[in-house]
Amino acid sequence: MQDHDVLIIGAGLAGMRAALAAKEAGVDVAVVSKVHPVRSHSNAAQGGINAALTDRGDDWRDHAYDTIKGSDFLGDQDAIEVMCREAGSEVIAMEHMGAIFNRDEEGRLGTRNFGGQRQARTFFVADFTGQALLHVLYEQIVKAGAFVYEEWFVLSLIMRDGVCGGVVMMEIRTGKIEVVRAKAVIMAAGGLGRVFEPSTNAMICTGDGMSLAYKAGASLMDMEMVQYHPTTLKGSGVLISEAARGEGAYLLNSENDRFMLKYAPEFKELASRDVVSRCEQTEINEGRGIDGCVLLDVRHLGEKYISERLSQIRELAMDFANVDMVKEPVPIMPGMHYQMGGVKANIDGETDIPGLYAAGEVACVSVHGGNRLGANSLLDTLVFGRRSGVHAAELSKNKSHLHVDDSAATSDRDNIQKLLNNEKNESFGQIRFDMGIAMKEHFGVFREETSMSEGIDKIRAIKERAKSVFVADKTNTFNTNLLFTLELDFMIECAEAIAVSASNRTESRGAHTRTDMPDRDDENWLKHILVTDAEGKPDLSYKDVVITDWTPTIRQY
Amino acid sequence: MQVKINVRRYDPESTDAVAHFQEYQMDMDDASTILDALIQIREDVDGTLSLRCSCRSAICGSCAMRVNGEAGLACNTKIIDVLPKDGSAITVEPVGNLPVIKDLVVDFQPFWKNVKAVEPWLQPEGEEPETEYLAPDEDMLHLAGVVSCILCGACVSDCTVMEVDENFLGPAALAKSYRFVGDPRDGSGEKRLHDLNQSGGVWDCTRCMKCVEVCPKGVAPMDRIMVLREKVMESGHTNTNGARHANAFVESVKHTGWLDELRLPIKSFGIFNIKAMIGLIPLAIRSQRAGKVPPIIHKKLPGSENIKRIFDKVEGKK
Repeated sequence: MQDHDVLIIGAGLAGMRAALAAKEAGVDVAVVSKVHPVRSHSNAAQGGINAALTDRGDDWRDHAYDTIKGSDFLGDQDAIEVMCREAGSEVIAMEHMGAIFNRDEEGRLGTRNFGGQRQARTFFVADFTGQALLHVLYEQIVKAGAFVYEEWFVLSLIMRDGVCGGVVMMEIRTGKIEVVRAKAVIMAAGGLGRVFEPSTNAMICTGDGMSLAYKAGASLMDMEMVQYHPTTLKGSGVLISEAARGEGAYLLNSENDRFMLKYAPEFKELASRDVVSRCEQTEINEGRGIDGCVLLDVRHLGEKYISERLSQIRELAMDFANVDMVKEPVPIMPGMHYQMGGVKANIDGETDIPGLYAAGEVACVSVHGGNRLGANSLLDTLVFGRRSGVHAAELSKNKSHLHVDDSAATSDRDNIQKLLNNEKNESFGQIRFDMGIAMKEHFGVFREETSMSEGIDKIRAIKERAKSVFVADKTNTFNTNLLFTLELDFMIECAEAIAVSASNRTESRGAHTRTDMPDRDDENWLKHILVTDAEGKPDLSYKDVVITDWTPTIRQY
Repeated sequence: MQVKINVRRYDPESTDAVAHFQEYQMDMDDASTILDALIQIREDVDGTLSLRCSCRSAICGSCAMRVNGEAGLACNTKIIDVLPKDGSAITVEPVGNLPVIKDLVVDFQPFWKNVKAVEPWLQPEGEEPETEYLAPDEDMLHLAGVVSCILCGACVSDCTVMEVDENFLGPAALAKSYRFVGDPRDGSGEKRLHDLNQSGGVWDCTRCMKCVEVCPKGVAPMDRIMVLREKVMESGHTNTNGARHANAFVESVKHTGWLDELRLPIKSFGIFNIKAMIGLIPLAIRSQRAGKVPPIIHKKLPGSENIKRIFDKVEGKK
């Protein structure tokens, strides 16, 4: 058994930012991650990070309003204020740590335009900002000497009298299961994209953190709010950054028409993501698509500009769609990209469970509400990662470890043994695929009551099937077959939470668009849906949206 | 299309625990990648196959492996591009130069140890400014070409020096170091260059180009190592085998028009380096036997003054 003051689950931007902050506060910190830190999915963020820097004539209140409007007024305004106020110092801190960033002529940080914002306030490293920042934080973790359990998989949170006291985890290389006690645990395990098929998300994004917290008794919030990104490649679902449109790309339909001029005369291609995805899907549904896609056209930007600022996505389009963006438009479609919802947390990362914090995509603070603005996710991870780290460190200073011994791992050991003993049956692959397709079909860009209840039935049937899933690999060494099977269980919990929340929200707001209830209903629905686990069944409750200065208005772009 | 994929398997827990190839016959699309095929094998055919993979978009660096003997990312290697024309199987193996844990999964600890050895974090000098450090955009754009390294290990896999020299930091770690040496904000360049000048550093590269060929992100590690060598010498570190070798090489060609192979090792090691001189004796004997001893008297080539003019012109440009 190992002990740490603060244990962080996940080594993406939120986890490593939390680790740095906690380490600076002088406590003993460890990070556990199922992949090496630089393999984390923060890598995939391409376009940039938002911040309103006052010395550029910007104002954090403007950033806050754009975010609130982007959230379709579901975001909690007190939390959004915190995020936008602290954005500048976080970006500067990253620069001081070593992030390179593109510059303006004076050598200061340069900006680009991004969707749903009235001002260019997105700071960026070409089109691999996430990777650049992730590697810098890894460098800082190495420098600070924070301990990382690399390639350990968390099986469960240890709970005693409603308080979180550590985790049970498995070393992937050896199959060894260990109990690790912690005075504070920070959940920073990322998103759940693989619940949908296809998704832009990496294969590791399996909702582990949301499911672990949910099973331990935490509430999940805004789970119905699933972002479809407007520009993903057909088939693989590979992401083409919003930076393309930020730099001036057009969206065209089969009639070579820039259709966004019609739907969003002011913001055009740079309306918020939910809006653009809906417009694209409408074009496709009304017969103006091309093979289920519309076109993204950057040809007018010229080769030099494209290779300086959009080089990676040019390569992606070549590798995964056989298209050179310099010469021809790329077929793209809306694709599942981000979960706005997650483990309910406050501005210090505290969840409903004492001793458990959450930050990053796994958490719902809620700064994104019904729809996240592009380049606000990196910001979310850093601001709330840092705050969680600071707060968890303080908590750990005035607390002793709970009475936990190795027996805490017994039920996880039994569960794994049971899985390994299952008779020959279907493996995780087909079950996950069926779940992903069901989620896409019934909880995609457009939703509707009958379809959603059909979707819920499908997910529940899949949950049953998963109980007798077959694990072919019986070894202890790097048994990825077993890992995927464990992840499948996490994903199904998340799928169910999304499904029941979506069918409960009887209005259209942000990414949640119902064809049978197309209007926003501020009278009844300026509130979050919370889901908790009631003995294996999701139980719903509500929490009012926090409104500070900005009254909800009609949302137009 | 029907493809045969021959995957190197290794299970340390099996009774014989030796690596062997297992062939899978797969039906794949024209657009499919090697990773698509491996995922399909794992999900539909053989759940026991272990590999690392995550993003599927060439950014996380998890799925480096050798396809037909050459390292690369499985996720951006299209099957159609590596399909042998004679209808034989595509071979898929773990990356080289790192110990195999199971199937396609290798132990990356030696890799990270080398990366950590170059103190891979920015070390600015003086007081931190209140806002950002000012830095020219072109410098940052140049660095972006190295910062885009995803630490996948493809270069290390196929590095011909690491195959024989455990001490070599390797192309990934050296490219990482270049990223800081080339950063106008970094203040520890002198120390970095001093460290890179030691054994296992920049002089151990043999310029085989393999890392440049296999890098999936165009980082060109060897080119970075060559720039580091220049910087090492510019900063006054000329008293090493590598630096002396480079200088002796240049001097010989510049003044005689060709390489004086007999004196090159003597000048590189230093004539008073008795141990190294004795170490050269077996090589001399082997060369003698093979009839490959260079001429004792090294004569100027006719027209060597033209070569010198080229040198003067290039050096004048600097």
